[in-house]
Amino acid sequence: MIYDFVFFLLAGGAVLGALMMVTRKNPVSAVIFLVAVFFCSSGLFLMLDAHYIAVINVILYGGAIMVLFLFVIMLLNLGHADWRDLRGPFGGLIGGAISVAFLALIVRNVIGGAGSIAPEPAGEALRAATRAQGIVGVVARPLFGDYVIVLQVTGILLLAAIVGTIVLARWRPL
Amino acid sequence: MSDGAALSVLGTPGAVALMVSAILFAIGVLGVLLRRNAIIVFMCVELMLNAVNLTLVAFARAYGTTGHILVFFVMAVAAAEAAVGLAIIIAVFRHYEVVDLDRFHLLKW
Repeated sequence: MIYDFVFFLLAGGAVLGALMMVTRKNPVSAVIFLVAVFFCSSGLFLMLDAHYIAVINVILYGGAIMVLFLFVIMLLNLGHADWRDLRGPFGGLIGGAISVAFLALIVRNVIGGAGSIAPEPAGEALRAATRAQGIVGVVARPLFGDYVIVLQVTGILLLAAIVGTIVLARWRPL
Repeated sequence: MSDGAALSVLGTPGAVALMVSAILFAIGVLGVLLRRNAIIVFMCVELMLNAVNLTLVAFARAYGTTGHILVFFVMAVAAAEAAVGLAIIIAVFRHYEVVDLDRFHLLKW
């Protein structure tokens, strides 16, 4: 089916882009591949009925945060591929072993917990809520209702991040 | 687990998304452990956050929109974390003129 084909295409693109990102020497190419990963995962969000999340994923991650990374790379003049920064064979072996063990642990838990997660109602309730409240309303209604305190705390966190960034990035300390 | 359970896990899009997010998270861990460039390590952390978002969205399909709210907050925290982390990298770069994580050993035993 076309849905399955596109879904596996996006999933494969995300995994491939992530692998390319980890192995690129040039930080700028790594950023570009990470943007590709974010676009693929936005497509996956769309296919999983999370339309609003897909849009803000592209705007916030693919747009804002990655531009911030590119900006810092440009500012520090690091956009050259002259530094092979992979760790040696020993470190690589240990890192690969840890991540493969981690993956095995997660996959084992996902398959082991099949009874509790597999019988999803195919997002039917989610689609009904989207039809009733709109794409933004599905997220905005709980956000400004049940979770409004958390939203305020997030605002304070962002304010603290702004102040901290300005203090850290000053040329002369205060 | 038997083959039937594995097949049922791979049957639904949400379960495939869980697998993909597990793989993406493992690749992010690999990058954090494997690279010395502080900026690329930081990008791998962002990749891990994105993998977690994919997990939350996949579960939201079965359990309601609370997962979407969590993804929203994860993204807000990720934006704050990226700004502060990059400012730290710039501040460290001014001192050492490198972004090699092996050269930062002031707090290492």
